[in-house]
Amino acid sequence: MYAVRQWSVRHARGMNAFYGGFESLLVRLAGLWRALGHERLEVPFAFAERQVKGLLFDCQMCGQCVLSATGMSCPMNCPKNLRNGPCGGVRENGNCEVKPHMRCVWVAAFDGARRMPGGVEAMRQVQPAVDRRLEGRSSWLRIVRERTGDTGATSGPTGKPAAAKPVPAKPAGGQS
Amino acid sequence: MRFDDEPVPGYPLPILPGHVSPGRFERVLRAGWFAVTSELAPPDSADPEDVYTRARVFDGCVDAINATDGSGANCHMSSISVCALLTRAGYAPIMQISCRDKNRIAIQGDILGGAAMGVCNMLCLTGDGVQAGDHPQAKPVFDLDCISLLGIARGLRDEHRFQSGRKVTYAPRVFLGAAANPCGSPLDWRPLRLAKKIEAGAQFIQTQYVYDMQRFRDYMRRVEDLGLLDKVFILIGVGPLRSAKAATWMRDNVPGLHIPDEVITRLAGSQDQARAGRDLCVELIQQAHDIKGVSGVHLMAYKMEDAVAEIVQRSGVLAGRTPWYPGRDQFKPENRTAS
Repeated sequence: MYAVRQWSVRHARGMNAFYGGFESLLVRLAGLWRALGHERLEVPFAFAERQVKGLLFDCQMCGQCVLSATGMSCPMNCPKNLRNGPCGGVRENGNCEVKPHMRCVWVAAFDGARRMPGGVEAMRQVQPAVDRRLEGRSSWLRIVRERTGDTGATSGPTGKPAAAKPVPAKPAGGQS
Repeated sequence: MRFDDEPVPGYPLPILPGHVSPGRFERVLRAGWFAVTSELAPPDSADPEDVYTRARVFDGCVDAINATDGSGANCHMSSISVCALLTRAGYAPIMQISCRDKNRIAIQGDILGGAAMGVCNMLCLTGDGVQAGDHPQAKPVFDLDCISLLGIARGLRDEHRFQSGRKVTYAPRVFLGAAANPCGSPLDWRPLRLAKKIEAGAQFIQTQYVYDMQRFRDYMRRVEDLGLLDKVFILIGVGPLRSAKAATWMRDNVPGLHIPDEVITRLAGSQDQARAGRDLCVELIQQAHDIKGVSGVHLMAYKMEDAVAEIVQRSGVLAGRTPWYPGRDQFKPENRTAS
């Protein structure tokens, strides 16, 4: 919801602090998630994530959440799906070129980032292109896998065993 | 100005040490000349002569010609084909690549194909939204944004790899550019956005129209403070305004365009508004020429392309040199013996 989304940006600092705690809890429980199996958890996790983040941020379930680096303003709400800052078409009043009645998600992001410790620095990171295979999947479980170096026993992005998926050592387009 | 190793038109120049492309545009910038570029409006036609006619109006006054990629989300001849035609004649096109109409598979194919046809410069853009153009019912793609596109293009060039990691056997030798909007909202963020583009691979920048020199100066000062000036060549975007009415229309309808009231008042108060628009453009170029970190000018004169030569000459920024154009060196004795 648009009004809630704006509220979340205004409370970016609190949101970020809460998420920090939530994330470390998720990571601490990595053993439990592994025991239950990431692939089995994928559906309930994605469901919960869609409900919570959908309400707070109008989350579009890209599966690779960068809210901490975008001042708690979801970049996938940008009609151009920009992940690295605003396009050149932002209106003088800070609204979107495509949707004139919507505040530019990057203007909001900049506001949110200023309220978060290290928020502006985080926005300066170059974000790689979205991996469209992750759409609809849980970012939280992915974070657990990344933080623990765990493959979650099952999940590569397509649901195939991760070990069987040849991953290029260094994708050319991936920066940061 | 003439390069000693000037090739037969349509053939690449040797790549000099420290250069990434075999093109004359990069050479002009790296040699420290004040570069001039302009924009060719692609025809709504399949006749190649329409492209050449439009290119010829820039002969002798620009170093490179931008081929727009469905600018304003309107359908025209594609950027890559305009570029292919231009390189045949020896022109130095800047191929604009927008993320609006193609996904990463198509775009990477175009980067290879463009380079194979002699395109040495590519400008990575996000692109206007489809709602702005003549096909608002179209599907906007936006698989990439301009910054991830820059990273992918650089990966193709420097690491010889597609984004997937798969190798290419001969890398595209391209000079990579991006756009910037120094006077657009949110102003605070604009220099940081430029920093990201440079980090992602932008080597030259062509800006959106600048009509507010004070805003532009503030922007350049912040860009300098961020230590970016020696990492990128910035070409300021300017263009003649036809009339006060046209300026007001542009301000209201071109997203992100900032035209101060003084400009419109000045045009409205003059006898010959088109003339006043060109005068203003000349003044803007001359002022920009003296700003630290400005390496050139990008003249966008949509439907006023005929005015470009006059504006460039009057601004004096070419300092007596004549940029290459087909036939420029034809009557030079050294060239006649060579042919």
